[in-house]
Amino acid sequence: MSHLVKENVQVKDTLIVEEVQSAVRPLLEIKNLSKSFTGVQALNDVSLQIQQGEIRALLGENGAGKSTLIKVLTGVYPRDGGEILLDGSLINASDSGHAQRLGISTVYQEVNLIPTMSVMENLTLQHQEKTFGLISWKKAEIRARELLAQVGLEIDPLRQLDTYSIAIQQLVAIARALSTQAKMLILDEPTASLDSDEIKQLFDLMERLKSEGLGIIFVTHFLDQVYSITDSITVLRNGECIGTFKTAELTRSDLVSHMVGKSLEDLAPTAHDHSIKRERTELLQLNNVGKQRYLQPLDLSIAAGEIVGVAGLLGSGRTELCELAYGSVKPDQGEVTLGKHSLTKSSLRRAIQVGMGYCPEDRKQDGIVAELSVRENMILALQASKGWWSPISMAEQQNLVEEMIHRLAIKTPDMDKPIGELSGGNQQKVILARWLITHPALLILDEPTRGIDIGAHHEIIQIIKELCEQGMGLLVASSELEELVMFAHRVVVMKDHHKVSELHGDEVSEQAILRTIAS
Amino acid sequence: MKKNNFLHKHQKTLAPLLSLVLIILVTASITPGFLSIKIVDGHLFGSLLDILHRATPTALVALGMAVVIGTRGIDLSVGAVIAISGAVTAVLTVNTDFPVWLVVLCALGTGVVCGLWNGILVSVFNIQPIVATLILMVAGRGIAQMITEGQIVTFHSDVLDAIGNGYFLAFPIRVWIAIGMIVLTVLVMRKTALGLFIEAVGANVRASRLVGIEARLLVLSAYVFSGFCAAMSGIILAADIRGADANNAGLWLELDAILAVVLAGASLAGGRIYLLLTIVGVLIIQTLTTAILTSGLPAQYNLVVKATIILAVLLIQSPKTRQWLSGFFSKNKNAGKSSAGEASTDKRSAKP
Repeated sequence: MSHLVKENVQVKDTLIVEEVQSAVRPLLEIKNLSKSFTGVQALNDVSLQIQQGEIRALLGENGAGKSTLIKVLTGVYPRDGGEILLDGSLINASDSGHAQRLGISTVYQEVNLIPTMSVMENLTLQHQEKTFGLISWKKAEIRARELLAQVGLEIDPLRQLDTYSIAIQQLVAIARALSTQAKMLILDEPTASLDSDEIKQLFDLMERLKSEGLGIIFVTHFLDQVYSITDSITVLRNGECIGTFKTAELTRSDLVSHMVGKSLEDLAPTAHDHSIKRERTELLQLNNVGKQRYLQPLDLSIAAGEIVGVAGLLGSGRTELCELAYGSVKPDQGEVTLGKHSLTKSSLRRAIQVGMGYCPEDRKQDGIVAELSVRENMILALQASKGWWSPISMAEQQNLVEEMIHRLAIKTPDMDKPIGELSGGNQQKVILARWLITHPALLILDEPTRGIDIGAHHEIIQIIKELCEQGMGLLVASSELEELVMFAHRVVVMKDHHKVSELHGDEVSEQAILRTIAS
Repeated sequence: MKKNNFLHKHQKTLAPLLSLVLIILVTASITPGFLSIKIVDGHLFGSLLDILHRATPTALVALGMAVVIGTRGIDLSVGAVIAISGAVTAVLTVNTDFPVWLVVLCALGTGVVCGLWNGILVSVFNIQPIVATLILMVAGRGIAQMITEGQIVTFHSDVLDAIGNGYFLAFPIRVWIAIGMIVLTVLVMRKTALGLFIEAVGANVRASRLVGIEARLLVLSAYVFSGFCAAMSGIILAADIRGADANNAGLWLELDAILAVVLAGASLAGGRIYLLLTIVGVLIIQTLTTAILTSGLPAQYNLVVKATIILAVLLIQSPKTRQWLSGFFSKNKNAGKSSAGEASTDKRSAKP
């Protein structure tokens, strides 16, 4: 029976390159895994196999289902359907601790150790060495040293964990993950906060673990790393498994096409008007602006009535560029000017007063103040720039808010409803309105259409175009190329936290952007 | 339908008010004469007046506490600040020739300094509010004892007497002071944008920063305000007993104040605060205390009965209970059509 199922899978996924040794029993086998959250299919019939001693990259854009897959695999979420086999036997982890006892260990991007405990305590937290039922710290120390040696670390296990660098902490986390005779190791974006030497240290360790027969799933956004360490690649998109490929046989442009769901050939250059009609008056100027471990220095200028798009894969530095331009993260080099005002060192309030606005990517965390009303959320930026002692009168507030609700077609029963109770699209419009009533010269939008329904999506793009026609400068970061190409006069392409290219006028096309990202 | 909407919209406001009315009515039915108010020498007298009189120190402290809780903080030191400002009032009155206004100003100034201390620890050094204010909570009574040199300092001053027990226009002067302070606070919080900023910072500090609201100064001034309110309360309490008792003045008052803010529907996680309802909360607590004392219940039952009734009020207000209650009512009507979401969609679909 199970043999039959396996054959079905093979036939169905014709894209899948023949497994390296299909005769050998795979270490991990995932069959037809499905998972949905209230109406959203997060994983749809995903199947994959991983062999012993294989490093598999798991790639996909935001919302592709990578973290859901990992969480289902490790029992954090219960699955709706499908089977997981480890070493040929069915497993059904009930939580991540159980998964670890079964042999699947996970190391997350944010080190989930306890920073104020010693390295030794962290390493032995799940299983204490005991003598006569009491913890033996002597044995624990010996055990800790063994585990550290396993990942090639020579550090003092008695020192507090947070006295070590993030890279060392990451390795300690791996040591702990290996402490339970792991067969599968899942590394979820372990390199996001590491520098190149530290990454090399991590890769050396991965190579060693691989030679010891461990299977490794490696989630990352850095394509260079994918090509330097992994044996094979599984691409997810919108909860579906697009395919599994040998790393050596998959070109970068094909990989990017699979990830974003568009092939270069499909994309005939579309006729959009990318020229600016008015005379160029510079607004925002970034002059060699950068920050260590955050964004490589770059130049950028935006003129009045111009929309500059920021493209790039997830984690490429789109949001970082927006934050530095707005000033919510201060650069450690370079200069930011808006018109004739230097903003390099000024407060956000000052930046807003001279005409900046910023709709952040994470609407819930950084945008809305959920329990305040639509009205209060909308006037917040204007009021903040005026200061608390010069309040906007209630009549004026109501006028402004009423006008915006009408202009942006915000659906809310009344303006005093807490914004947290509105839909995502309407929340986004309120945040947009928050900035529009400050009459900004330059508006920065990070993923303005993320997580909102189709109708609102279209409306927001329309609003962006109108604002531009009225002479506003816009910097729009988006993972949706189709959308960027529709309105951007220029597109900055980001990759691995630096600006790789800037496409002007007629060069702006999905094809060109994809090619630049892949190059 | 319309009435139902009104009820739903003001459910949060109505709960504490109804609780207060209920407690007063129940007490009145147990204790004869509880509601009666007499006029003697042009002054109002009666249990209800007594409640107002006794509630003033807590009301002032709760006002400051509400603002601090709005910033996602808490001020445990208010009881100690009461002791300090009381001690300053007493010692300056006894030992110096300072005019009364200067004595009061010095006492208020001490409160401001205490608030500044708390505020700096919280907003500049980023110490968790509960820990930061715990320091002054412990040290404050010690400081007060040092000021009074371990004695209960008694004093005599006509003006302070008036503040403690005098009458003006039929009401106790201290009630007028509290009313003045409440009105002033509500005006400053709601007629300037200060209240909005404090609630925004308390509810989402990251989003507030991104729109240019500097949390640091706001949080600092919240603690200063709380210190000021506590000092006022301390002066009134000292004036009431014509003396400063460093050990017992304002003891555990911080807990009553926090309770009042919570009874008003605020969350200790910051955000929305309700100043007037906080005062209602204070009145609930004071009414209970007075009611239990006048009901002839043995004194040892006082605390347990008070805690039980407050627990009942909090349970009535909890979202879980409300959810359960509204589920119960809608079931009685017709298959769940009276909830807010339904009502608002009705409205929306009716528009176009």
